[in-house]
Amino acid sequence: MLCQECKKKSALIHMTEIINNKRTEFHLCQECAQKKEGFVMFSPLSINDILASFLNTEQPFQAAGMKEAEKCGTCGIDYNDFKKSGRLGCGDCYKSFRNQLMPIIKRVQGGAAHSGKVTKRTESDMRMQRRIDQLKTKLKRAIELEAYEEAAGIRDEIRNAEQQIGKF
Amino acid sequence: MSWIEERGPMDDIVISSRVRLARNIALLLFPSIMSAQVAEQVIAKVKGSILSSNSVLSSEFKALRFKAINSLNRKMLVEKHMSSPDLAKNQEYGMLLTDRHERLSIMVNEEDHIRMQCIYPGFQLPQAWDMLNKVDDLIEESVEYSFDEHLGYLTSCPTNVGTGLRASIMIHLPALRLSKQLESVFHAISKVGMTARGLYGEGSDASGDLFQISNQISLGLSEHEIISNINVIGHQLIDKEKKAREVFLEADRAEFEDRVWRGLGIFKYARKLGMKEFMEMLSYIRLGVSMSFIEKLDSAFLNSLMVAGQPAHLKNYRGKEAGDADLDIIRAEVVRNRLETQL
Repeated sequence: MLCQECKKKSALIHMTEIINNKRTEFHLCQECAQKKEGFVMFSPLSINDILASFLNTEQPFQAAGMKEAEKCGTCGIDYNDFKKSGRLGCGDCYKSFRNQLMPIIKRVQGGAAHSGKVTKRTESDMRMQRRIDQLKTKLKRAIELEAYEEAAGIRDEIRNAEQQIGKF
Repeated sequence: MSWIEERGPMDDIVISSRVRLARNIALLLFPSIMSAQVAEQVIAKVKGSILSSNSVLSSEFKALRFKAINSLNRKMLVEKHMSSPDLAKNQEYGMLLTDRHERLSIMVNEEDHIRMQCIYPGFQLPQAWDMLNKVDDLIEESVEYSFDEHLGYLTSCPTNVGTGLRASIMIHLPALRLSKQLESVFHAISKVGMTARGLYGEGSDASGDLFQISNQISLGLSEHEIISNINVIGHQLIDKEKKAREVFLEADRAEFEDRVWRGLGIFKYARKLGMKEFMEMLSYIRLGVSMSFIEKLDSAFLNSLMVAGQPAHLKNYRGKEAGDADLDIIRAEVVRNRLETQL
């Protein structure tokens, strides 16, 4: 049977939809099915999914079955490419494949939070964030004491500081 | 300060200390999928960050584009541990920045955009880290790194994420091998997040009793913690190796001395030296030097000889193509000539 959309490839996905007793049948190829809205694709459970769900005991069912970002939006590689080569395509892959990668990272690395050197930009942002937190405490106290003039000054300082973040 | 030619603390057992950092440039695709254009961008950025800076470090470096040098020269860089084998294969886009002492090298377009390393002779990991940290800061002055607050420095392979740091020592453990304690010692090391592997001729017997001990974990520990962990293990291994040597010496001094002097005898007179025999005899001689049986040689001489006896260095010495059988003859010649200048 050919795909009813593109009429070129063979239909691999067959679905019957019944809404208000109206019955619609879909026979689609993989690509057309992916394009179609509301058509959730369940990929078959792979060993890796099982492994991942075992490893990630905090969220045991998230990795298996759930639809993951299939491709990294920035570099375009998919998770299978990574499984084959062991190499990610860009820094954003860590976000795109977070659900699959984090259990593996926890497993091979032991920990999952960086506690070493940080880039200068991060360092400066972190310093600025600490300053903002301090100012917010100060602001709260000023308001409690009804020192509104002082509070306005602190508020402006906080706004200034917030604009500095990410600017380094 | 090159690990090959200079002496360092405790260098009779720890040959060298190495630290390396993996870094990628923000917003650029990683090497496994980047285009030629991106590869050239990476080269230009890294080169500029070092050579065009005002730092005193800058004048120490020179850049080597791999397509400008032949494969023999690239292999020699690998044998000196200045380049990784993977980078040496990247003829088109591989670049290496090295300092004139050959203790620092910055590999460009390896598995990550930047792999920088510092190797010091002997046992001095913290010193090597301090040096490399400066180079990292220097590059960061003009290059923005791919970094995540929670995951740290982002790398091509998740096994390097976090600090991107791999710290290692190259250590000589002949007595632990002879007393069959290596397996249990290495097993214990693996339990504390570190790995041990043979440094030369992996999978063959040509390891020369040299092992590389390195951290397996790069995330969740600070650079300082990683380095001090290896330092602790290093000191324990030195102690264990020394004790094993004492036990051997007490049990059968003649046998112990015989192995050392036979090694030297073979080096002095052999006309053919295969890689396996070369590394094995070198190990006994190194043991003899460390135990002060042989006083005219030192560890710097032995390290330099070890590198000179590797295939690419031998081919370079001969100055023309040489087959494996020829290499054994050339190796024996190089060993004899070098020993003659010392003994």
